[in-house]
Amino acid sequence: MSGPIKKGYVRPLDLKHGRVDLGHGGGGRAMAQLIDEMFAAAFANEYLAPGDDGAVLPAPGAGERMVLATDAHVVSPLFFPGGDIGCLSVHGTVNDVAVMGARPLYLAAAFVLEEGFPLADLARIVRSMAAAARDAGVPVVTGDTKVVEQGKGDGVFITTTGVGALARGRDISGRGARPGDVVLVSGTLGDHGMAILSQREALGFETEIVSDTAALHRLVDDLLLAVPDVHVLRDPTRGGLATTLNEIAVQSGVGITLDEATIPIDAQVEAACEFLGLDPLYVANEGKLVAVVPGDRAAAALAALQAHPLGRRAAAIGEVSEDPNCFVQIRTAFGGRRMVDWLSGDQLPRIC
Amino acid sequence: MKYVDEFRDGALARKLAAAIRAEVAPDRRYAFMEFCGGHTHAISRYGVTDLLPPNVRMIHGPGCPVCVLPIGRIDMAIRLASESGATIVTYGDCLRVPASGGLSLLKAKARGADIRMVYSAADALALAQKLPSRQVVFFAIGFETTTPPTALVIRQAQALGLDNFSVLCNHVLTPSAIMSILESPDVRELGTVPLDGFIGPAHVSTVIGSRPYDFFAEEYRKPVVIAGFEPLDVMQAVRMLVRQVNQGRAEVENEFTRAVTADGNRKAQALVAEVFELRRSFEWRGLGRVPYSALKIRRSFADFDAETRFGIDYLAVADNKACECGAILRGVKKPADCRIFGTVCTPENPIGSCMVSSEGACAAHYNFGRFRDVPVVAA
Repeated sequence: MSGPIKKGYVRPLDLKHGRVDLGHGGGGRAMAQLIDEMFAAAFANEYLAPGDDGAVLPAPGAGERMVLATDAHVVSPLFFPGGDIGCLSVHGTVNDVAVMGARPLYLAAAFVLEEGFPLADLARIVRSMAAAARDAGVPVVTGDTKVVEQGKGDGVFITTTGVGALARGRDISGRGARPGDVVLVSGTLGDHGMAILSQREALGFETEIVSDTAALHRLVDDLLLAVPDVHVLRDPTRGGLATTLNEIAVQSGVGITLDEATIPIDAQVEAACEFLGLDPLYVANEGKLVAVVPGDRAAAALAALQAHPLGRRAAAIGEVSEDPNCFVQIRTAFGGRRMVDWLSGDQLPRIC
Repeated sequence: MKYVDEFRDGALARKLAAAIRAEVAPDRRYAFMEFCGGHTHAISRYGVTDLLPPNVRMIHGPGCPVCVLPIGRIDMAIRLASESGATIVTYGDCLRVPASGGLSLLKAKARGADIRMVYSAADALALAQKLPSRQVVFFAIGFETTTPPTALVIRQAQALGLDNFSVLCNHVLTPSAIMSILESPDVRELGTVPLDGFIGPAHVSTVIGSRPYDFFAEEYRKPVVIAGFEPLDVMQAVRMLVRQVNQGRAEVENEFTRAVTADGNRKAQALVAEVFELRRSFEWRGLGRVPYSALKIRRSFADFDAETRFGIDYLAVADNKACECGAILRGVKKPADCRIFGTVCTPENPIGSCMVSSEGACAAHYNFGRFRDVPVVAA
């Protein structure tokens, strides 16, 4: 990021009526001003302050390893019940680092802005992003801004990259599930996806469903404090719980069997899914944790999750078994059994 | 969820399962076809077969509107979008149906064709009003359930004098498909395929009523039980079919009395008759050409018939030779009997019609039931 512009030479950004123009990405004074007044002001921290091309960061503690994760955010609409692309871009990457069992430390952010995008909306997004970073205690220490011509973007795309420190000896990976393990989720499933879907104009139905977007690292901390030998952690985002569990099953070479009756789903989400012919197990979450823990530690892990505000509706929903086919199955509340397979394409509504 | 959970109650299901077990004759086999994809989906989704005795077999029928769409009809829509520059709007399920040349509507969209998904026929009409400079073509599919809404938007478009809206009509008829199955040599020649009765459609029957099935019961001596799409409906229908078979009856019974009457929805029927007439012949994936099995738009609404407006013809395209969809739809084979099931033909790359929608027999088995094909490993 570039250094500050001398006050008095430039009129401040018009945050009420101004719009992003190609000059804001041109590398000149307009760009410097946008970075200074919009991004540097919101994210202000000691690493960003020097205004250099990169951030100089302290090395992690002795014996610790680094975890690096990156996540591009292209959500539409940009503002949705419970959040916006700004806080989502912080939570998404913080969570990717956290589910490695690491302590998230820093974020880098790259913005792709579309020409014509209102500066007022951009300011809302950046402030929400800064607030989320502050709440999470994970500063945005460096960044980049590009502007694309009108029609070549969708308002704002944000890519965030996170760095974290992994304690010595900690080994949490999708490869870690073992027969006899128990599968836990930290709360209701499908809230984010249905909150987004309910805003898409073509649907025309009203709900009070709110996205669950949240940073999960403190919930992970509490869980690992209670049960240090957690085998797998994941945040079931796109593709939902079903996709995440299929990934874990294949990575670990095991089978997973769920109990449908135990899976927490909000009544409104369930109703909206029913209405649209969707399966909540495949709908995205942005503030939920899937944990696979040794069978004898399940009760302790569940108690730790439920003690945290983000894990109040946590539940044990299934168990890991030997299965060379790596199938994920479910015992239906109706009394039968079926597979919970990989999603084929997008989850599209059935028509009759 | 109130008003729905009652029909998915596990405790009631166990009671019904016990009742069915008590009623089946242990020394005979029962094979029932659920015609509708909605039933197929419910059976797979809730694991209904696990609650049925081993000598009761469910055969998944051809009642999945997406699955029976032949390649050539999708080709027509793609041609309209890519050659005539029309905007094609359709239901989400249609987007992945395989067309010629490795295409589908979704893949054509990726290549620049203007193809959009809608949730209803009314949305398609609204889009045409919003885009006056585009020719908007509604790719209409479905059985008798989705036909009245299509008829309605065609009538509305005429009333509004919309000159940029038309319909590519692929509406098909349930009774003709059932007839085609009953007339197939496999089913007619005694002993090849045992077919003891049908679970009749739920939503389709709300429109056409229960009367159209009387013919099958009388002429072919096959019991029909019309049932709702909830899993308890399916189990109750199985119980009623078992009872009819045991008592040597072949009647039309109605389990879905909360929505279906003998006459159906007369208003909807009149609307459909006003806008549509029978097609002499229509090709179904898996069943081939079936006479008088589909609808076309009447001449008085020809301005809104995309086939007339754009002068496009149907070109038949043969299904893959290795594909067993036809035999599967008639109950002669099971999905796992097909050589290409789960290898060449998967939900990501469907070759045959039954693999296309989650309501198709093969896709349902692949997505929900293929764990049954492999030996069980103890935990």
